[in-house]
Amino acid sequence: MRPSTTRLLNILVPVKRAVDYAVKIRVNPQQTGVDLNVKHSMNPFDEIAIEEAVRIRERLPKGSEPVTITALTIGPPKSVETLRTALAMGADAAFHVELPETAPAPEPLGVAKAVQAIIEKQQNSVDMVILGKQSIDDDLGQTGQMLAGLLDWGQATYASKVDLDLDQKNAVITREIDGGLEQVCVKFPLIVTTDLRLNEPRYASLPNIMKAKKKPVTKLTPADLGVSFKPQMEVIKVTEPPKRVGGTKVESVDELVEKLKAAGFTAVS
Amino acid sequence: MAGPSTRLRVIKLYKELHRLGRDYPDENYDFNGKLRRMFEKNKNLTDPEEIEKALKLGEYIRNETLALYSLRKYRHLKRNYVIAPS
Repeated sequence: MRPSTTRLLNILVPVKRAVDYAVKIRVNPQQTGVDLNVKHSMNPFDEIAIEEAVRIRERLPKGSEPVTITALTIGPPKSVETLRTALAMGADAAFHVELPETAPAPEPLGVAKAVQAIIEKQQNSVDMVILGKQSIDDDLGQTGQMLAGLLDWGQATYASKVDLDLDQKNAVITREIDGGLEQVCVKFPLIVTTDLRLNEPRYASLPNIMKAKKKPVTKLTPADLGVSFKPQMEVIKVTEPPKRVGGTKVESVDELVEKLKAAGFTAVS
Repeated sequence: MAGPSTRLRVIKLYKELHRLGRDYPDENYDFNGKLRRMFEKNKNLTDPEEIEKALKLGEYIRNETLALYSLRKYRHLKRNYVIAPS
């Protein structure tokens, strides 16, 4: 019997249904965004987040307090598929904040406020929130940081290694920063955002997908949380990058020098 | 076919491979067609050793395909979302 006052470790993992990484995206005719009539799947960094939560559970020694992993998504009805993937990977339960099909995609501040509301509804029993560092469709990378600010919790972003100390109630996290790695120690409760090298997410096998159908998914509306997802940003224009002009082959060094001079390059002494 | 447990293993493997085949990156490679033909070719095996060999080959292909998918995704993410140390 462990002489500690720790109770069950509660991890919340918000995930997002984003455009699939392999899709060749195209700008829509109105130039206000990309064509969204394409394959969607869980944001890869969110897969890494779910995987890390599951590995935290697997790494704890036998006989430790149990870990509960709750997945959460905000989006149209189809987003529930993303939750099913999270449940198949090892989450125990899920929340779906359902938005209407026609609603614009929620912004990080709206998402952060919704997650905050859910954490408050859980009577502050959440110990850790793990999120992807950014989503691959909007590349904003703000949700984790905003959530930490709203909750006034410590945060460790761009995590490439997470080690929990349940007795000390803190976590030592290695972060990927410019020029190398940084180690920080953050007290519970905390926010972690995942970077690519944190882990390799497991593939949700068929038996796990079947088991996941029995796990509970609770539907919520923005009104239940008292949160508005009214956009604060307006996308004015989206255009493709300029088309690459083909290169030419040169026959000799002299020709190369001629072409460089013509392009405006001067010799460095 | 030797026994109901083998039958279940084969069906399970087929379902797993079929589901994986849906996400195959090359559209011109008929993964699910090849899968079906390979399973049909072996449907009359009776020798348990041969059946085991065929199952092992199927499982090997499943693991290789899973590795292909996860490496492909990792490479894409590394190329686009990781700033290489200069």
